[in-house]
Amino acid sequence: MNEVSFFIQALIYLTSAIIVVPIANRLGLGSVLGYLIAGIVIGPFVFGFVGTEGKDMLHFAEFGVVMMLFAIGLELELDLLWKLKIWLLGLGGLQIIITTALTAMFCYGFGFLWKPSLALGLIMSLSSTAIVLQTLKEKGLMKTLSGQAAFSVLLFQDMAVIPILAIFPMLSETNEVTSSQHHSLIEHLPGYAKTLVVFSVVIGIILVGKYLLKPVFRILAKSGSREIFTGASLLLVIAISLLMGAIGVSAALGTFLGGVVLASSEFRHELESNIEPFKGLLLGLFFLSVGASMEIPVVMESPTKVLGIVFGIIFLKALVLFFLGFVFRLPLDQNLYFSLALSQVGEFSFVLFGYSEGLGILDEQTIVILVACVAVSMALTPVLLLLYEKTIFGFLESKIPKKQTEQDIHKQENPVIICGFGRFGNMLGRFLRSNGVPITILDFDADRVEMLGRFGFKVYFGDATRLELLESAGLEHTKILVAALDNPEKQAELIRNVSQHYPNIKIVARAGDREEAYDLKEMGVSFIYRETRETAVQMGKDVLKLLGTRAHTAEKAKNLFLKHDDETFHELFELRQDRVQYMSLAKQRNAELERLMLVDLGKEDELERDPWSEMER
Amino acid sequence: MPKILILLVHPTLEKSKANQLLLDSLPVSENITLHDLYEEYPNFSINVKAEQNLITNHQIIIFQHPLYWYSCPPLMKLWMDLVLEDGWAYGTNGSHLSGKKWIQVITTGGSKDAYSKHGFHGYETEEFLLPFRRTAELCQMDYLPPFLVQGTFQLTELDLQKESNRYSMFVNQLLGESNE
Repeated sequence: MNEVSFFIQALIYLTSAIIVVPIANRLGLGSVLGYLIAGIVIGPFVFGFVGTEGKDMLHFAEFGVVMMLFAIGLELELDLLWKLKIWLLGLGGLQIIITTALTAMFCYGFGFLWKPSLALGLIMSLSSTAIVLQTLKEKGLMKTLSGQAAFSVLLFQDMAVIPILAIFPMLSETNEVTSSQHHSLIEHLPGYAKTLVVFSVVIGIILVGKYLLKPVFRILAKSGSREIFTGASLLLVIAISLLMGAIGVSAALGTFLGGVVLASSEFRHELESNIEPFKGLLLGLFFLSVGASMEIPVVMESPTKVLGIVFGIIFLKALVLFFLGFVFRLPLDQNLYFSLALSQVGEFSFVLFGYSEGLGILDEQTIVILVACVAVSMALTPVLLLLYEKTIFGFLESKIPKKQTEQDIHKQENPVIICGFGRFGNMLGRFLRSNGVPITILDFDADRVEMLGRFGFKVYFGDATRLELLESAGLEHTKILVAALDNPEKQAELIRNVSQHYPNIKIVARAGDREEAYDLKEMGVSFIYRETRETAVQMGKDVLKLLGTRAHTAEKAKNLFLKHDDETFHELFELRQDRVQYMSLAKQRNAELERLMLVDLGKEDELERDPWSEMER
Repeated sequence: MPKILILLVHPTLEKSKANQLLLDSLPVSENITLHDLYEEYPNFSINVKAEQNLITNHQIIIFQHPLYWYSCPPLMKLWMDLVLEDGWAYGTNGSHLSGKKWIQVITTGGSKDAYSKHGFHGYETEEFLLPFRRTAELCQMDYLPPFLVQGTFQLTELDLQKESNRYSMFVNQLLGESNE
């Protein structure tokens, strides 16, 4: 492909996506369906803008799936897994086993040999993480019971892909890998050596991830250049994919592992938000090329066959899911939604079809039809859900008394996020933590982040002015955002971002001096704290004490000063544009304060008497 | 020799000549502990355990305070509320104070005449102190009549001198009395 045609391809793909996806979204069909339709439209059977390279493109775009697995790996914190264990193993595990068994039986009944039948069963048991998670997120259903159940099942399926990839070679009828498909470096090695190499590479990835990546990221982070960090994130994913490819293991497995290893690191959210746009685009490209490579004529030749298979699969999967949902006591309305949402076949099937073709498990004829069926089943999902919502769900919702839907399954997000953990944020964080308030910390200093992590703080590396980062750190569940960045411009950017997109989150902000405090007030922040104010006055109080003032009197003087300073701050704020008036009022207020203080300290004729000094001399 | 704890409770001691003179006239003795509550707890966050330990080590507890609105300054009331705990000062097992002496050293702006049946306030000073007396009794303490310095608004330098001599003798007597 030369340069010009590359750009023309890009032009076609991007244009079609930009036109079709928003329309699909408008219609409530979800972006995945949009991409699929756009793919079909530009594909060889409608407009033919893109042709035979659809399949090549698919291989490239599979990288989107790889990145998605990396992102899922990043999500996998151990405590979350632990919380979801029953749903994951029970719901997820049983779903795969039962669906696989039933599908395999059907296939066997239709004349397949048992090995291909089992392969088909495994492929069909998977659902589409991309479609379902996207739909759940777009509709804000992640926190509902059905959302949680769906998330658990999808998570289990995504993890199950890895053993499935490992099982497939054993299902190969020929027992001979077609060499044209696999150029693995270790092909020539005997079986045990292969296993050994694969194992050592996997352990290598885990070790490197655990001990080498963090310091490297730290060094990169210190460079302060965001591009370098993004580049490193991409490099990491690509490198793992290639390495895994080289030893003949799925790239998805490798990056997933990489993600899991890094899930506990402080760079998690920064990595996530760096990968996010690429992941999104490549997944889009993936669905576009699935659409483009769909053999429309095959579908047109035997529409009844395709539709029969599609509805057969959807019905079977939904039934199994519904049964399990019933066993796991999902309320009826939620259970129906859950069953329908996961009833399609997932994007991994495309990967697995390709894999099984290479292994000679399934013949091309079958695969062509099944790819079409899978695509149709995916395309139908948003339609089914839309229909369900418009009809049965609304009806059921009014009938079924609302139970507690937000079970404590999902990880609880912290109510306070502290952005910037310098000397100021640090004190605040310690205070809040010692009072049992869970906090999430974002900071752009890699050393500090590392150190805090050792103290057991939930702390992430990243630039808090980026909304995506804040969001992946759980901004939407936050009640209070503490803006404590040292740089006033960054501070302003952070506050503007948050108050614009999340007006309900209370912002408490640190200011360096009075001028900065005015700026914050102008931005509408109502809780402003000047960094050195309290400490300085506290120190002043102690100086008074050291000079012989009684402790309680000094304490009163401190409080009086702070109160007066507060009042003056708001008064002076109104006048800050007019320097002359500002100075005049400031001077006047200072004089007033001095007089008040002297009176209180008993050092002047008592113009305003202290009530207690009245009573007793 | 008994040990005396003087709990000084005065929010604006620096402005009170009378109280300063009283303090100055205290005899020098290692058996007297002066504990300035407003100096110790300017934010009113009283360390209850420390206060209780302090009392445990003394036999005579003197509260030296001005009379505010026929009662004590707020920190002293808070001190009573917090330190005189149920189960420690009174109630079941609350016998840590039993047998100790409770004495108030009180300065009043008004004169002795003003604090009398036919005076401005209409009652004796002692009558206003009923809540304190009852508190001491409940804690099984020995409630002694208060040492009063009255009419501080009118007292002359000489009068004040006399009063502080009287105070000095009073404390000395307390030190010696239980010695026998």
